Amino acid sequence: MSTTVLPIPSSAGPSNTNTYERSTQEPAWARRTLIGLALTFLTLFLFIPLISVFYEALKKGMDVYIAAITDPDAVSAIQLTLTAAAIAVPLNLIFGVAAAWAIAKFEFRGKNLLITLIDLPFSVSPVVSGLIYVLIFGLQGWLGPWLAEHDIKVIFAVPGIVLATLFVTVPFIARELIPLMQAQGTEEEEAAVVLGANGWQTFFHVTLPNVKWGLLYGVILCNARAMGEFGAVSVVSGHIRGSTNTLPLHVEILYNEYNFAAAFAVASLLALLALVTLALKTIVESKTRKQGSRGA
Amino acid sequence: MSNFKQHSVLPGFNLALGFTLLYLSLIVLIPLSAAFIRTASLSWVEFWNMVTTPRVLASYRLTFGASFAAALVNAVFGLLVAWVLVRYRFPGKKLVDALVDLPFALPTAVAGIALTALYAGNGWIGQFFEPFGIKIAFTPLGIFVALTFIGLPFVVRTVQPVLEDIEAELEEAAATLGATRFQTFSRVIFPTLFPALLTGFALAFARAIGEYGSVIFIAGNMPMVSEITPLLIITKLEQYDYAGATALAVVMLIISFVMLLIINLLQWWTRRRSALT
Repeated sequence: MSTTVLPIPSSAGPSNTNTYERSTQEPAWARRTLIGLALTFLTLFLFIPLISVFYEALKKGMDVYIAAITDPDAVSAIQLTLTAAAIAVPLNLIFGVAAAWAIAKFEFRGKNLLITLIDLPFSVSPVVSGLIYVLIFGLQGWLGPWLAEHDIKVIFAVPGIVLATLFVTVPFIARELIPLMQAQGTEEEEAAVVLGANGWQTFFHVTLPNVKWGLLYGVILCNARAMGEFGAVSVVSGHIRGSTNTLPLHVEILYNEYNFAAAFAVASLLALLALVTLALKTIVESKTRKQGSRGA
Repeated sequence: MSNFKQHSVLPGFNLALGFTLLYLSLIVLIPLSAAFIRTASLSWVEFWNMVTTPRVLASYRLTFGASFAAALVNAVFGLLVAWVLVRYRFPGKKLVDALVDLPFALPTAVAGIALTALYAGNGWIGQFFEPFGIKIAFTPLGIFVALTFIGLPFVVRTVQPVLEDIEAELEEAAATLGATRFQTFSRVIFPTLFPALLTGFALAFARAIGEYGSVIFIAGNMPMVSEITPLLIITKLEQYDYAGATALAVVMLIISFVMLLIINLLQWWTRRRSALT
């Protein structure tokens, strides 16, 4: 088929730029209309909701805002949210690294099934994610009678919240690392092993430096979800103020009490967390792009 | 063992895979199986009756209808946003690109109360609809708004990379052969994007079906009218109707698994299509 190559006008001189642009680009009015439509949609559904969180939070003044976020119940909600994330993120980090090592560096049967199973929590409704733990650890659950006998509370207590958070955040780090480590292949690790490095040395000195940005990316996303999860945690929490309330649940309680200013004040903390997450994500993305172009 | 795994000089396979399987079983697989095992104690007729009462059927209609409408709107506007972000330059583009992921990062409860405040009759946006007798918050329309917000990044983020990879030569060839710009788009660009667009639609739809946090604030939660299926599960749980809640959870899980299968097939199709071009 490759007989004659037509002169493609991509590097053509200014003389025929106009005709060329007319045929491969939209006219200016169409461009402006499309940009306008897209930005209107995003404004209505994204930007205004984001701005309104901060507006509603500060509407009644700084004093009300400070009072809402330093309220003892709010502080204990912050502590519980941080605790749940501090347990869930490191555990899922270890899981993500182990899963990515097995999947990306070795060939074995059933690999695709394993990847699908790791993704499973993404497709399960948050409410169902909470419910399944109630079925196991709740009073009516499999382990319920045994736990009650030994006076261990899981459901309507902190362990249940941690478990539900773990469940919904399982895939985040693994799914960032797997494609990245697959793309990097096994040659560098094999060289390290042949030169006498042991497994841990190989991982920390060869693999980890190659995937550090992807790892950080996964940790950031995992953390955002861990701190923001609502549905799953709501089912297992029991909504006990000052003891089993995470930040999102505290927002709900304040809102349902018609304490809107306080609800939005606490919500603004979570919105800030989301903005920080997006900023970090953007930075990490540009770092990986640089790293990727250097590697290629 | 040699059948199961190819030989490699790298160490740590048994430890890594063993830990992965143990962790996944303890945190995900055994808990999920609990729902199915619990439901297995019901007879088929009992199960069927539980998941087809009029109130439950109304919640399916609402959940699927609103999710479908929201995913459809996201497909249209997601394609538009992806197009504008890839093809055009305008001030603030980088910021807009970063903020598209907001629904992924913003906790659903925050999205829920913000959208409710905006789309209520006296809210910034709701006040423009109120004079026409259109109520958005506390009606099924509000559920649609919340689900549109939640699903927004999916289509943009699946279409964007495919659009970036389309080679200029394709469009140039079409133009050289005499196609108008619209023909080039509908006959050349759109067919290339279609698998990704469909994948994004399916992802947004799947996410919307299970969504809870952002919906319950804006929905009004009236049985038969504005009560979504996940909320019905919570309601049954609060009434200590564990069997009913679990039966509904199993229905939702089966739907999730089917959606996961469809999405995997679509992604496979997308990869194959982009490998061909």
